[in-house]
Amino acid sequence: MRDAAMPLDAPPAARGDRRVLPITAHGLMLERAGRRIIDNVSLTVDGHGISVIMGPNGAGKSVLLRLLTGLLSPDAGMVRWAGRRADRARAPSVGLVFQKPVLLRRSALANVRYALRAGSRAERTRRAGEALARAGLAHLAKSPARILSGGEQQRLALARALAPEPEVLLLDEPCANLDPAAAAAIETLIRDARARGTKIVLVTHDVAQAKRLGDDITFIHDGRIVERAPAGGFFDNPASNAGRAYLEGRLLID
Amino acid sequence: MQNFGAAFGDAFRLLGGFDPALMEIILLSLRVSVTAVFISALIGLPLGAILGVSRFRGRAAVLVLLNTLMGLPPVVVGLLVYLMLSNAGPLGPLALLYTPGAMIIAQSILVIPIVAALARQTIEDMHAEYDEQLRILGVGRWGMVATLLWDARYSLLTAMLAGFGRAVAEVGAVLIVGGNINHVTRVMTTAIALETSKGNLALALGLGLVLLLLAIVINAAVMGLRATAARSAHA
Repeated sequence: MRDAAMPLDAPPAARGDRRVLPITAHGLMLERAGRRIIDNVSLTVDGHGISVIMGPNGAGKSVLLRLLTGLLSPDAGMVRWAGRRADRARAPSVGLVFQKPVLLRRSALANVRYALRAGSRAERTRRAGEALARAGLAHLAKSPARILSGGEQQRLALARALAPEPEVLLLDEPCANLDPAAAAAIETLIRDARARGTKIVLVTHDVAQAKRLGDDITFIHDGRIVERAPAGGFFDNPASNAGRAYLEGRLLID
Repeated sequence: MQNFGAAFGDAFRLLGGFDPALMEIILLSLRVSVTAVFISALIGLPLGAILGVSRFRGRAAVLVLLNTLMGLPPVVVGLLVYLMLSNAGPLGPLALLYTPGAMIIAQSILVIPIVAALARQTIEDMHAEYDEQLRILGVGRWGMVATLLWDARYSLLTAMLAGFGRAVAEVGAVLIVGGNINHVTRVMTTAIALETSKGNLALALGLGLVLLLLAIVINAAVMGLRATAARSAHA
């Protein structure tokens, strides 16, 4: 069964219904070059707060995010946004920020405005300006996006993802390449978004960051979910061997 | 046969004095080649962009064909256009043969593959970078093509300048379909060929200098574009 793709020419969903939560995944399976990258993963993204997906490199975290957004189609299993297949019309309700931001060759303001598909140009410019101000980038609005520093670029990518007011924001190791100050600025923006009611899924392998931000933890190892727990429970007393080994910084060989 | 030094002197006098015969030839050359590049951009840029973003069976063969067409011999293009436009040809009733229109068609056929092939490479590279991000933002296929064309604008302008360089310097195609008719279809390259064979080296040299100057201007423009693009990290 093939499913959960976001075909470029999918028919637009009924107007006014942009809801995507809960995002449910059922029995996801993905193989590449004979290796099982995602192995029978089922999960539900819903409610409020920050869900953290943790796991070692190569566990399948980034691939899982791509499956949830419809960028990738699973070999088996299905993804549903609020009970229906992912479609292009609801894409603005699902924000995704990559580890390495992909910015258009335009000004910072134009980058954010580009993400706003609805409304007059003046209206979109105004909203883009507000999104930049929230990210502390108002003074850089006219700068070409790609000459900004790494931290500013990631803040801009986050501002662009948040500008359409998505219901859920998925973050793929957003601070992996940043210095501590820049990472702190990103974390502040993530907390602000949570406070405004945006559901957040954060992929990270930074234990300290997961402790600072996470409300619940999903631990992934070898393409499988091995543990799912409230943040406190996971960090104090991980139930799985893999989780314990990861937190202790041991290499897990099985 | 004039001597060399005198020919140069006469050439500069013609250029400096904006000799009407010389100016007429230069302006027709520019008109024909600029129009051909404009038409080539209208066809070649979208064609290159679509090839850059799509995957289909036989795409590799299309790319080989396109890259081969970049090196089309102008005389062959001239011959084919001549056959199409001649009285006995399918487009004969248009009566375009030996007009600037015929020259524009021939040069467009030469330049379209250049613009399309260079655009295809540029757009394909940028598409690899942008694809997931644009899909996440809910951009459809045509929106993606438009976005890529705009964001690649500096590289695409460079491709158009390369096409202009080829068009304005080409002699075989315009000679065959234009006929090098004085005051009607005589352009710089065909005039140089004719005047040289007649021994009128001053006019030939003057036009040659203009062509050289154009080459310099085009290359300077390409470098300028690259510098501008790099300054704002557009490259």
